[in-house]
Amino acid sequence: MTTTSFRASPIRAVMARLRDGAALPVLTILLLILVIWYAGAVKLNAPLMLDQYERAERSSWSWSELVADTMAMERPILPAPHQVLRELDRTVLQTAITSRRSLVYHTWVTLESALLGFALGTLLGIGLAIMIVHVASLQRALMPWIIASQTVPILAIAPMIVVVLGSLGLVGLLPKAIISAYLCFFPVTISMVKGLTSPEPIQLDLMRTYSASTTQTLRYLRLPASLPFLFTGLKVAISLAVVGAIVGELPTGAQAGLGARLLAGSYYGQTVQIWSALIMASILAGCCVGLIGGIQRGLNRRFGGAA
Amino acid sequence: MAVALEERNVTVPAETSSAAASGVTPAVDITGVNLVFQTADTPVYALADVNLSINRGEFVSFIGPSGCGKTTLLRVIADLQQVSSGQVLVNGVSPQTARLDRAYGYVFQAPALYPWRSVQRNITLPLEIIGLPKAERLARARRVLELVNLTGFEQKFPWQLSGGMQQRVSIARALSVDPELLLMDEPFGALDEIIRDHLNEQLLDLWRRTRKTLLFVTHSIPEAVFLSTKIVVMSPRPGRIIDVIDSNLPRDRKLDIRETPEFAAIAHRVREGLRAGHSYDDHQL
Repeated sequence: MTTTSFRASPIRAVMARLRDGAALPVLTILLLILVIWYAGAVKLNAPLMLDQYERAERSSWSWSELVADTMAMERPILPAPHQVLRELDRTVLQTAITSRRSLVYHTWVTLESALLGFALGTLLGIGLAIMIVHVASLQRALMPWIIASQTVPILAIAPMIVVVLGSLGLVGLLPKAIISAYLCFFPVTISMVKGLTSPEPIQLDLMRTYSASTTQTLRYLRLPASLPFLFTGLKVAISLAVVGAIVGELPTGAQAGLGARLLAGSYYGQTVQIWSALIMASILAGCCVGLIGGIQRGLNRRFGGAA
Repeated sequence: MAVALEERNVTVPAETSSAAASGVTPAVDITGVNLVFQTADTPVYALADVNLSINRGEFVSFIGPSGCGKTTLLRVIADLQQVSSGQVLVNGVSPQTARLDRAYGYVFQAPALYPWRSVQRNITLPLEIIGLPKAERLARARRVLELVNLTGFEQKFPWQLSGGMQQRVSIARALSVDPELLLMDEPFGALDEIIRDHLNEQLLDLWRRTRKTLLFVTHSIPEAVFLSTKIVVMSPRPGRIIDVIDSNLPRDRKLDIRETPEFAAIAHRVREGLRAGHSYDDHQL
């Protein structure tokens, strides 16, 4: 019954979820965040506004005027949610996506290097995990370096990577993708090592009774058994890839990308632009994680998953 | 009692030599096998001076309490575990060679099906590893599913089957490579008695039709007596053979044979052996 009404109309679906009590907590949290945000905007921007009143030698103002003014500043300390939404509307919907003023264009630039970095990082991560699982001495030789690599602050090492690759003649997409890969191989390696060693002794014994080769055991048992673990790692990795791409856009003084928008925004105190780029970045990462989750559900159905 | 035990043990090597003398290679030939696990404090004797010869086409049950080494013995034959001393021959060659020749099929205590594969693809897994063409794989899957009465369940996934059906799939999987020798480690241990009786009948029927050598680990006396042509009674600490009983029951048997005096006599002798093993154990302690 409920499932058919879900398909029938989205509004009815929301109503059904409200009835089930599933949507209410989500909406409450959303509302709470908005209230705190608005309150914060008024509180943080009010001193600036009062300062402006003083300089304009304006002595009489009402509270409602002040509240309205704090939410309509050009360079507020904290822009109000509707200001960010208006900026998003202007730069996403009202601007041609080929324009350099379009946020969609900048998002695509970031996404491009995030995806390339994600692909490189995933391949590296899986490769390392396969080596670590099969060669016992490699576990001791590689693991300390793998862990140490993640203790270096990415903000510190990103400019170095850009400089080194730049001197090798590599500029543009690749240095940014490599910074993404550097961040996102780690969760893939860790989850894959766990996944590849997850088969039970009895399942491995079975392979031995078939006198299966190491490669066959990998292909028929270890890899399929590691898939749920891999996807957990991939979800972490893709959001790190987006972070990596944005960080990679900062030291190059990049002309395009969400990172460039953040940098340009902070140069000129364009807080509304910064916040809309931030919101866009989290929407992007959210969509990427959602996409991976979708692929996982598809694979799960294909391979007989119960849930 | 101790004297009687020794007498019975003596008959075992004699049988080994007679099988060798007849000129036919036994399916399994075990001489003077010891297996010691080194633990932190004391060595554990999982198998002590085990001698046994199994002819082709026999249905042999290994029975005994937990820790008597019956599973270990089966794993030694399957080359899943190495002996400390002594000699094991499977079809006249070492267990390793036999394993590499894929001379046996192994059914574990748990079904050990791969959950991401359908019933059909679980059964064709060993065939894929061997490298058989797809048409042949599917034909064999069809044949063995028919043998275990699971035709029509090809596309189901393991979680959609009951425990008994899962174990039948695992038997079908072992049969799909068409081995001469089938090793089964308490395959019905986790199932209730009604299903167990039913599967025992099916298994017996399967064995009669395929003429394979079957080695079957159990700790149920009725199951062992009902199924076997030879019953090996084992005892723990150290794991050893107490008695080897050749059953005179006809090969073609139905469940109601369990009501006959002949059945009761064999069951009695098995129980005697198990009890003897235990009293020996108590003396040691």
